[in-house]
Amino acid sequence: MSQTISPVLSVVPTRALVDETFKVVVENLPPASPVTLHALLYSEDKDYWEAYGHYVSDHRGTVSVAEDMSLGGTYTGKEAMGLLWSMRPEPGSRTGLRLRKREVTSPMLVHISVYSGHISEGFRKQSPLASVPTERWYMAPGVQRIEIKEKGVRGTFFIPPGPGPFPGLLDMWGGGGGLLEYRSALLASHGYASLALQYFSPGELQSSDLKIQYFETAFNIIKDHPQVIPDSIGIFGLSLGTVVAIYLAAVSTKITPRCCVCISGHHLYPLGTALNFNPKLEKKRLVTERYDENNYQILRDVRLPIPTDLSEKVDVRKIKCHMLLVNGDDDQNVPAVEAAEDIAQMMRSGGNLHLLTTLTYPNTGHLIEPPYSPHFRATNFIVPTTKEKVISLWGGQPKPHSDAQEDSWRKILAYLHHHLYSSTTPKAKM
Amino acid sequence: MSQTISPVLSVVPTRALVDETFKMVVENLPPASPVTLHALLYSEDKDYWEAYGHYVSDHRGTVSVAEDMSLGGTYTGKEAMGLLWSMRPEPGSRTGLRLRKREVTSPMLVHISVYSGHITEGFRKQSPLASVPTERWYMAPGVQRIEIKEKGVRGTFFIPPGPGPFPGLLDMWGGRGGLLEYRSALLASHGYASLALEYFSPSELQSADLQIQYFETAFNIIKDHPQVIPDKVGILGLSLGTMLAFNLVAESTKIKPRCCVCISGHHLVSNRLMIDGSLPNDPKKLRFDENNYLIRRDVVLPVPSDPSQKIDVRNIKCPMLLVNGDDDQNSPTVEAAEDIGNMMRSGGNLHLLSTLTYPDTGHLIEPPYSPHFRATTVRAPRTKEKVMILWGGQTKPHSDAQEDSWRKILAYLHHHLYSSTTPKAKM
Repeated sequence: MSQTISPVLSVVPTRALVDETFKVVVENLPPASPVTLHALLYSEDKDYWEAYGHYVSDHRGTVSVAEDMSLGGTYTGKEAMGLLWSMRPEPGSRTGLRLRKREVTSPMLVHISVYSGHISEGFRKQSPLASVPTERWYMAPGVQRIEIKEKGVRGTFFIPPGPGPFPGLLDMWGGGGGLLEYRSALLASHGYASLALQYFSPGELQSSDLKIQYFETAFNIIKDHPQVIPDSIGIFGLSLGTVVAIYLAAVSTKITPRCCVCISGHHLYPLGTALNFNPKLEKKRLVTERYDENNYQILRDVRLPIPTDLSEKVDVRKIKCHMLLVNGDDDQNVPAVEAAEDIAQMMRSGGNLHLLTTLTYPNTGHLIEPPYSPHFRATNFIVPTTKEKVISLWGGQPKPHSDAQEDSWRKILAYLHHHLYSSTTPKAKM
Repeated sequence: MSQTISPVLSVVPTRALVDETFKMVVENLPPASPVTLHALLYSEDKDYWEAYGHYVSDHRGTVSVAEDMSLGGTYTGKEAMGLLWSMRPEPGSRTGLRLRKREVTSPMLVHISVYSGHITEGFRKQSPLASVPTERWYMAPGVQRIEIKEKGVRGTFFIPPGPGPFPGLLDMWGGRGGLLEYRSALLASHGYASLALEYFSPSELQSADLQIQYFETAFNIIKDHPQVIPDKVGILGLSLGTMLAFNLVAESTKIKPRCCVCISGHHLVSNRLMIDGSLPNDPKKLRFDENNYLIRRDVVLPVPSDPSQKIDVRNIKCPMLLVNGDDDQNSPTVEAAEDIGNMMRSGGNLHLLSTLTYPDTGHLIEPPYSPHFRATTVRAPRTKEKVMILWGGQTKPHSDAQEDSWRKILAYLHHHLYSSTTPKAKM
């Protein structure tokens, strides 16, 4: 009796949070058989993103992505999650794309497929041997999503399931404008009541909104929430959000954050200037911004050299809470590493260096996101002040940058747990 | 600075298939602190089901359900999944309840909570220290659900995601009316195109629908589906479904199942079962236990020696796996299995038979972590009166049997329906 042998593709689990791993296994292949594992995502912006790896089955006819080596594709080597972090837009897509989920109450649907042979293109035109959809969620079941519009503050508050109370987080994204909720949704899924703050939306929020009072009010909205532990609130920032975080930690007399996580930022924010527009800096930018061989905009030099004049930077010697800096040494957008060195020197002279912890990742760029997010070396960017469209060079190489995302997220969660959940007196360093 | 220490409850994963395990950990408790872990489910039938275990935190203030012992509650000992399989209706609920999900495209939502101290009741009136909802799914993403109504056959077909083709399964539930889809949905989530067949809904389907042609037509609907491998279709039955499966594989000349999984069934009916739908029913042989629960196992005993009084299993040509509990109070499955073995030995086809018999296990052998029901309420088909039927089994051994048998059933199906080697005689 002839038998049709069906290859079996299993992805376990099929439903997970975005920072959880999965195991992809193919069985019932002929032995020593070349196959291509493929991941496909159709984004909210209607682009196709894909990743693939070339494998050869073993003597039992099995391929295990977590244990076997990819011999080619968008990633190589033994990479359990390569099918996610090495994703890039399908060839022929629009350029300069970035993948960021806006609608966080639904999952990303990633289709994992296995194809016969080692192929590199035209996946959507061929029939795979097997295919399994898998859900990647930013929100755990039971996380509440609350739109905030009070006291002039705008944002979205994510509260973990259960009675609480929970530690809180003021989560500030970068300078691209608009509101991105996914990191706060994920932090709430890890037990933190996290407010994703809208603070840099040109046209809606006026520059007057970017005074310190706006952020202090937002912090207090978190603090006063009945499900938040008032003395266990931290600040989480990326890029411009980090600049704000450092500023708040040093300057504010009204709020007392317990700790600060500062990704890809700096302290080079002169007092008295508006957050969104600094005429002196604008003039300097026109002179110092560079363009690389691809015409990508490099902004890291705009704030160099690091000024020695204290009035040009935030006085980090006044900071009284613990601070974790997370930077990439290939950040082409801001001189995060140089700034971190200067911050350390200032804090040493100020006697509060014991509060500082710095993580610097090799070949890692500016956009350090939750793990398994694709890496973007350069993407389209609309300059908020002038509305011009550029392609901004963020930096980093996919593999080291992805390793940095995985490692930093684990360390960030441990840092937050230690400072906001732990029952011992906070220690000096992690 | 004073600090409010918040206990942290984590359940990983928070979304899973019903046969997957989870890890539950509580941290940030004071050391050596008594707590109660609690699970709560509000069923489709609007009853509250719960389970709980009593724990004491270690020196670090941590409780890990997978590693620590429950000292009391609805389960004791080191039981990673005790909060699911030991569930029973909240005290004060209606009696004789059974938990079976009808709507399979949505998950069961189980709320896991941790309470201070060792408590045993009134959970819903107290505030827990922490609480996390967790989703338990019968259906993996991408599984298709197709309602079947063709050639007189009724049921629901579940097809795994992907192009296929896939092995197929004819899934036949038990004898009590209506269509239960959850096992087929779960089997499709494991790669089998599974048809949950409706065959015993007394008010709708006539007894004529117990005729062999109905099942052969159903089998062929699966076989002919473009996403099914035609020579890789098996049969899976429970209780009456198993009886019908025996009859089908022994008598049918039209279909060739590749293998048969037969849970909690017997062959002690004449082959007239599939001609005129006559089920054995001798009221004199019905017994009642001390709780007035109905014991039906004696109705078909003693095992007849006359082959015409039984399904002739010597005709069976496909591999067969029997899964039984030795405390089955509804059917004499263990005695029947012995007799099946004897008949097949004399018929020369014993090499096709594998039998799993589980100690202290009852009739209703379900997918793992489903609660155990020793007795539940059933409506008699003709008189509509309510009677409590004793299924048997003790909760812990029965739950162990569900876990072990499911793993073995999936391996058996994989071996016979997915493997590339010629089917072997035994598992």
